[in-house]
Amino acid sequence: MDWFLANLPQVLNLTGYHLIQSVVPLVLSVIIAIPLAQLARLNKAVGATILSVGSLLYTIPSLALFVILPSILGTKILDFANIIVALTIYAVALLVRSTLDALNSVERTIRESATAMGYRPLQRFLTVDLPLSIPVLFAGLRVISVSNISLVTVGSLLGIPSLGFFFTDGLQRNFPTEIVVGIVITLILALLMDVLLVLLQRLLTPWLRASKASPQTMEVIA
Amino acid sequence: MSATAMLLPATKYTASGAFAQGWQWLTDPVNWQGPMGVPTRVLEQLGYTGLTLVISLVIAVPVGLYVGHTGRGRAIIIALAGMLRALPTLGVMTLFALIATSTLSLMPAIWSLVLLAVPPIVSATYAGISSVERDLVDAARSMGMTEPQILFGVEVPNGLIVMLGGFRSAVLQVVSTVAVVALLGLGGLGRYIIDGLAVQDYGQVLGGAVVIAGLAIALDGLLVLAQRLIVSPGLQRSAAPTQVSAPQAQLAEPAPTR
Repeated sequence: MDWFLANLPQVLNLTGYHLIQSVVPLVLSVIIAIPLAQLARLNKAVGATILSVGSLLYTIPSLALFVILPSILGTKILDFANIIVALTIYAVALLVRSTLDALNSVERTIRESATAMGYRPLQRFLTVDLPLSIPVLFAGLRVISVSNISLVTVGSLLGIPSLGFFFTDGLQRNFPTEIVVGIVITLILALLMDVLLVLLQRLLTPWLRASKASPQTMEVIA
Repeated sequence: MSATAMLLPATKYTASGAFAQGWQWLTDPVNWQGPMGVPTRVLEQLGYTGLTLVISLVIAVPVGLYVGHTGRGRAIIIALAGMLRALPTLGVMTLFALIATSTLSLMPAIWSLVLLAVPPIVSATYAGISSVERDLVDAARSMGMTEPQILFGVEVPNGLIVMLGGFRSAVLQVVSTVAVVALLGLGGLGRYIIDGLAVQDYGQVLGGAVVIAGLAIALDGLLVLAQRLIVSPGLQRSAAPTQVSAPQAQLAEPAPTR
């Protein structure tokens, strides 16, 4: 605890770096994965290609991808961009699949009634299909968020600042306290992000709360 | 740690640019022989992975089978698996290494990897068992099968697709993370990245990374193949268990942890 308080500025600094590297991929992956999933839904051949390329990229270990990316992107080995791009690739690979499942699970009758009511394709996608797939999308996002926060620490092997610095530094200095502080803050970060995502999902899907209440009302009426 | 880096016969690069140097490193015969060559490192990587998986399977599969079959302790397992998933393996690994008597010993690293592999294997086993239709289980019970017979003759074969899918991702997670144990001065393919970075030999870093990625992709391919061989053909046609598969499930050899 003494060590934690004495090094608070550094802890906060590294936590900030850590958050940037784990949250930016989350946002980017949503922006990239939704159009890709819709594309995959509309065209089976394109969809199969997207999914298999995705699972191939997902197979590449993070440490390897972190050091391969600089020579592809032209970045320096110490750039945040390497971590952010790598984690975005993993996130997109995971999210396209679950978004595709979510979009496919939207009932045909709902889609048809939207069309019958005069919705244009894009309008229907944005206001009917997409909102209905939010629960599945967020289930994917929560998994990605947790694994991102853990994976960002691996960047410290290359010298990229994150909470992982406490692990490599603690090992070198033979100082377990530092490592424990790093682990605890990482866990807290993962928990906070998860809570945040759950709250955001509730905010975005008010109808789920309404439908949860309705069976009870039905019972009361019965 | 630095001693290993010094001993490595360095590739003399004639090419410039990371890709060209990486290619040159990969094609240099010097890097494919001896105790620091690629084949040895691949074997080390696979050895660590294998040891981790054996320990993890011994711990995780019985727990998953028990929870899946009885339905007891489901909430605890799900909560625990979620918490363990958030644990940064690198942190656990360095902590275990420091707590252990010698930094260079293998087991602290292996135990941290076990901690990484157990939650997905437990979840996969549990999910596999509970994916089996309840009607099927009830039918087996009414036919007079004992509980172990139901578990290994009906539930395991029918839930195998889901179980093996989860095992596959656990194997991949472990073989990827094994690269990190090089930080502790142990072997494995991560050595090339750690040592290469230490002496700014980016050809070695890139070459090593390509071998790590190649190994993971090859292993994944093998597992997909194994999955096809192990799962009863009657179950592979449709992802969902069907009525047809019940008699086949009884005939099939019980194959819990292959």
